[in-house]
Amino acid sequence: MASPSLKPNEAVSLPDPLREAVGHLLLAMADDEVLLGHRDAEWVGHAPILEADIAMASIAQDEIGHAVLWYSMLQALGWPDPDRMAYFRDPPEFRNATLVELPRGDWAFTVVRQFLFDYAEKVRLEALIDSAYPPLAAAATKVRREETYHLMHSRAWVLRLGDATEESHRRMQAALEQAWPHALGLFEPAPGEDLRVAAGIQPPEAELRVRWKAEVRPILEAASLKIPEAEPAYGGRIGRHTEHLAALLADFQMVARSGMGETW
Amino acid sequence: MVNDERADGPGLTREAILAALEAVKDPEIPTVSVVDLGLIYDVRVGDDMVEVDFAPTFVGCPALHVMEREIVERIQALGARRVQVRRVYRPPWTPDRMSERARQALRELGIAPPRPSAGEITPELLKGVPCPFCGSTNTRMENLFGPTSCRALFYCEACRQPFEAFKPL
Repeated sequence: MASPSLKPNEAVSLPDPLREAVGHLLLAMADDEVLLGHRDAEWVGHAPILEADIAMASIAQDEIGHAVLWYSMLQALGWPDPDRMAYFRDPPEFRNATLVELPRGDWAFTVVRQFLFDYAEKVRLEALIDSAYPPLAAAATKVRREETYHLMHSRAWVLRLGDATEESHRRMQAALEQAWPHALGLFEPAPGEDLRVAAGIQPPEAELRVRWKAEVRPILEAASLKIPEAEPAYGGRIGRHTEHLAALLADFQMVARSGMGETW
Repeated sequence: MVNDERADGPGLTREAILAALEAVKDPEIPTVSVVDLGLIYDVRVGDDMVEVDFAPTFVGCPALHVMEREIVERIQALGARRVQVRRVYRPPWTPDRMSERARQALRELGIAPPRPSAGEITPELLKGVPCPFCGSTNTRMENLFGPTSCRALFYCEACRQPFEAFKPL
């Protein structure tokens, strides 16, 4: 093998303000994925067709697996272990974008949310493949390939439902109106962005947002959906959430917090 | 005993370790070893530790922990005192790393082996996948997702059998 193998679980030493800043980026990515994975998993046994049910279970498993990867990279930088991060923090400590905490809604909302998220993740990972933080660059290379299947899936559903029937169009457009401001919130800069950009860890979020819009716009238009004019719903990256996060966490964290020492 | 302080007992060579790892299977594909799947990138025998570079197919695969635990146990059984399994993400695992023996074993399980996909993963890679039962390429994908992260669901129009295919990655 020509290129050396890089191991994400080994932290490359970072000077302190930058270590903190990289941690904020990883935290945002991990919290986004673990909560979206939980919302996706809520469809198990409830999706409109069996194939969709299996798809949501599989996508949920992928997202939660990716969250564990980002949390384990955080652990290598000095944060608590992944279980503690996922199960023993309260809402203000979560730094996910509010998009992923919203209730699962109808199937149209689920499809639209997943589509907007998947493409945001695509542009983020593609940028991070060139990150100056080697563990992150290596992990982004890996996860980006897997995400190809999520992209194929959510794009196909958006195109299928966008103009299938009057009702499917109405529901998809309503879902887009609801999800859009929160999806813009995926690009709310996590604390320390200036440091990360200066160190070559990531490009500015504003730049990622431009790339993301260029990706989703033609697909939404092909699906006869109109992108709403809306201000971004910011706050998630500094711990300000909707009322839905507390309810989600009550469900998600219940077993771990019961204090009975359950293990898988 | 000086030798007790060393990781490498008398039989602890790279070759012996790789041979022992032939016994470690993916629990979801119980006839194919982690070596034949191409998941073992490297084995290093050091003075006080054996290191194994291990590449996951899918990061969220719940079988990873099972395979990693068994890798450690098999190498310890050869006399190693400390074994570290390190996950490698770059270069990412691709089906090009799978041996022909693994591909044949997959077919025998009714799973179409993945097409080489070192470049981009495109929807074309999922078209005309040969049926593992009759070999026909008159097949269609039924679902991009299946019983495990790494498998998709297909149907063969020729022999009218549903089958699974290992996803290109």
